[in-house]
Amino acid sequence: MARTLKLRIWRGDSKDGGLQDVTVDANHGEVVLDIIHRVQATQMGDLAVRWNCKAGKCGSCSMEINGKPRLACMTQVASFPEGETITITPLRAFPVIKDLVTDVSFNYKKAMEIPALVMPAGMKPGEPRMEQVDVERSQEFRKCIECFLCQDTCHVIRDHEENKKSFAGPRFFIRIAELDMHPLDILKNRKHTAQDEHGLGMCNITKCCTEVCPEHIRITDNAIIPMKERVVDVKYDPVRWLGSKIRKREGIV
Amino acid sequence: MSALERYKYDVVVIGAGGAGLRAAVEAREAGLTVAIVCKSLFGKAHTVMAEGGAAASMGNVNDNDNWMVHFRDTMRGGKFLNHYRMAELHAKEAPDRIWELEMWGALFDRTKEGKISQRNFGGHEYPRLAHVGDRTGLELIRTMQQRIVALQQEELKEKGNTDSLRVFAELTVTEILKEGGKVAGVYGYWRETGADILIEASAAVIATGGVGKTFKITSNSWEGTGDGHALALKTGANLVDMEFLQFHPTGMVWPLSVKGILVTESVRGEGGILTNSLGERFMFKYIPDVFKDKYADNEEEADRWYVDQDNNRRPPELLPRDEVARAINSEVKAGRGTEHGGVFLDVSKRLSAEIIKKRLPSMWHQFYELAGVDITKEAMEVGPTCHYVMGGVEVDPDSAAAIGVDGLFAAGEVAGGMHGSNRLGGNSLTDLLVFGRRAGKGAADYVKANKANPVSDAAIAKAAAKIEAPFARKGGENAYSLHQELQEVTHNLVGIIRTGAELREAIEKIADIRKRSANIAVSGDRKFNPGFHLAFDLDNMLLVAESTAKAALLREESRGGHTRDDFPGMNSTWRQVNHISSFDGEKVNTKAQPLPVLPKELFDLFDVHELEKYMTPQEIAKGGSN
Repeated sequence: MARTLKLRIWRGDSKDGGLQDVTVDANHGEVVLDIIHRVQATQMGDLAVRWNCKAGKCGSCSMEINGKPRLACMTQVASFPEGETITITPLRAFPVIKDLVTDVSFNYKKAMEIPALVMPAGMKPGEPRMEQVDVERSQEFRKCIECFLCQDTCHVIRDHEENKKSFAGPRFFIRIAELDMHPLDILKNRKHTAQDEHGLGMCNITKCCTEVCPEHIRITDNAIIPMKERVVDVKYDPVRWLGSKIRKREGIV
Repeated sequence: MSALERYKYDVVVIGAGGAGLRAAVEAREAGLTVAIVCKSLFGKAHTVMAEGGAAASMGNVNDNDNWMVHFRDTMRGGKFLNHYRMAELHAKEAPDRIWELEMWGALFDRTKEGKISQRNFGGHEYPRLAHVGDRTGLELIRTMQQRIVALQQEELKEKGNTDSLRVFAELTVTEILKEGGKVAGVYGYWRETGADILIEASAAVIATGGVGKTFKITSNSWEGTGDGHALALKTGANLVDMEFLQFHPTGMVWPLSVKGILVTESVRGEGGILTNSLGERFMFKYIPDVFKDKYADNEEEADRWYVDQDNNRRPPELLPRDEVARAINSEVKAGRGTEHGGVFLDVSKRLSAEIIKKRLPSMWHQFYELAGVDITKEAMEVGPTCHYVMGGVEVDPDSAAAIGVDGLFAAGEVAGGMHGSNRLGGNSLTDLLVFGRRAGKGAADYVKANKANPVSDAAIAKAAAKIEAPFARKGGENAYSLHQELQEVTHNLVGIIRTGAELREAIEKIADIRKRSANIAVSGDRKFNPGFHLAFDLDNMLLVAESTAKAALLREESRGGHTRDDFPGMNSTWRQVNHISSFDGEKVNTKAQPLPVLPKELFDLFDVHELEKYMTPQEIAKGGSN
């Protein structure tokens, strides 16, 4: 065993809980998730933690490590100085179920509210032709592993439960952007519904979401800002404003 | 005790990876109500880990490709032990399944003409794998997940609810219930609360994936505990050819914490070469006779292949996975391995840093973050890792119905037969889609033709008692320790190279662990308790390990993902035999069963001289089944 680690792990449930001190051995090259597993196997058989792939691909082991939203499987123990106590707590933006496991159903509800892809009528399987450069824009957002770290860190909802109702969060802004930029999608006004129904306007582009994204998706620069700009263009450009009013009057061509 | 939570659906799908979700979509679109049950959150299934791509003979990159070439490659890869009908259906239907994904929003990488791009992979004659960089599995699962959401949105709009298609996430199924010999529903517990739940359904689709966690070094996530394999056995269905396990040749070997994590075959598909500690490109020494005419025997030709595939043979790094895994194992055993017991895999000399980061982004990321290795500048250290189980539930190829139990279906990795003794890379993702769809349709047809089959109170009481049992015991065995013991046994005695004596030892040891596992005690309560969860997963892994060891002991030859040190060659007589495992309530029994004979029209797709390498003279003389 290469070193002995001091951990403080939050244990409890929706009613009650607190930090518990644990001392555990760590091997060279191990990540925080390895350490949690060792604690589970040797000291706390019922310590609750979500994980799946342990390779940074599934986005299950999201938690807060020394206060930062991170994937436990991609956080090297060696990144903490010798002697430092590592504090591990559940995601703060979501209700605790038990220990490090939180109720992330908020995200699945929001996913239901984003209208699905709409294909052009008559398009048959095998027919689509798309340029690589055109698919790459949406591909960046489809890299998302749904770890929900961006949702957790976003201060619009992190400490403001009341905003959750009207705010979809960064994960779903990139979902809207992905569909908006999808070469085949024909549903119009995705940007406007992002603004009017999903709370895009509440984002004040502090880029916290981009910083925590383990997939390095440029959430703010490539999804949120371009959508905001175009929403503003249309809303405040008088010619386009007039155009949109005229089109709305049915019967007049 | 509070009242049991219970539901009624037409079809229950166990598993929400590619196969389960595709089955659910098909059954829902057939007008049925569908419950999807998964152990993890929705969208986290192991499919997400698939990297390289999905094999389908669309012919977008090389128009010589078609289903017949794909069929031949699949049979060769499986050393002709595949169920021919599954390989045929797969090769024929794979392109439609890929194009369908595109209609649901998937965005694959493109060719210059704007079609879906296809890449080279081991054992595939032409560039055949539709891909998205090296995260194809994520694209597949997200597309399927979003398709499920789209169907829910449609229902919400029409009826104001989503009752006909529901995802039960973080729920473990402990038992498939039968009444009158037919499937009647599933019983299990919510992982979150530990509370019991019953879902009544007259058809169940098992789509639980693999068994990797039975082994010590694996690329599989925690969910790969063979649940579906064990559920099928306990329900009265059979497992076929459980001796065949794929050890992927390239898993990470260092640091220890990441040992086993997959290094995609695309690294070799994109030009990565394998060398030993002496700097030798050793794969040239390991080209088996059956592949000599298709693989280059010198570096010059192998290198030329990357620019001219029509006039050169393929590099031996792209041999089927079983060959490469055995070769690496031999090099390391001969003392020519790296410091950490692997070999070197290097793509940095063939491709620029920019192209590597573009084509293999997650590999770059994975090595940089977890091993401190920059693969654009230096070689990776790699070695075999338990990756995939070819064996699985014995099914009818067309309907995916499990043989022996009415109302039970299986698709994806948990189903057996499709890949024979060894799966080709890229064939798994299309297997999920082709047979996921067929299982969904099979289940839907079955439900329409059969009456609902209510679950009896006696069956419920029995299932409930089983879940409660580990809490009643005090001071018994620790599930974590038993799991580690099992992994040591499988790793040391049922691993990549096997012998009769070791397999017999393994069977005894597995039986002993199984006996002790009946005495597992759980600390804490039912609420999200991993120790409690492992107790049930372990029981499944033990049945899988027993099936594998017993089938492996019977097969006295080496073929694909089954290598016997005491029977090193491939034997045509053994090719005519499948091994069928069943469960009598106490132990697994394994017996031989004749392999379905290749029909004449498929037999005739091959050069007879190639078939002579695999078949007996009598079979060749017969020339197929009709």
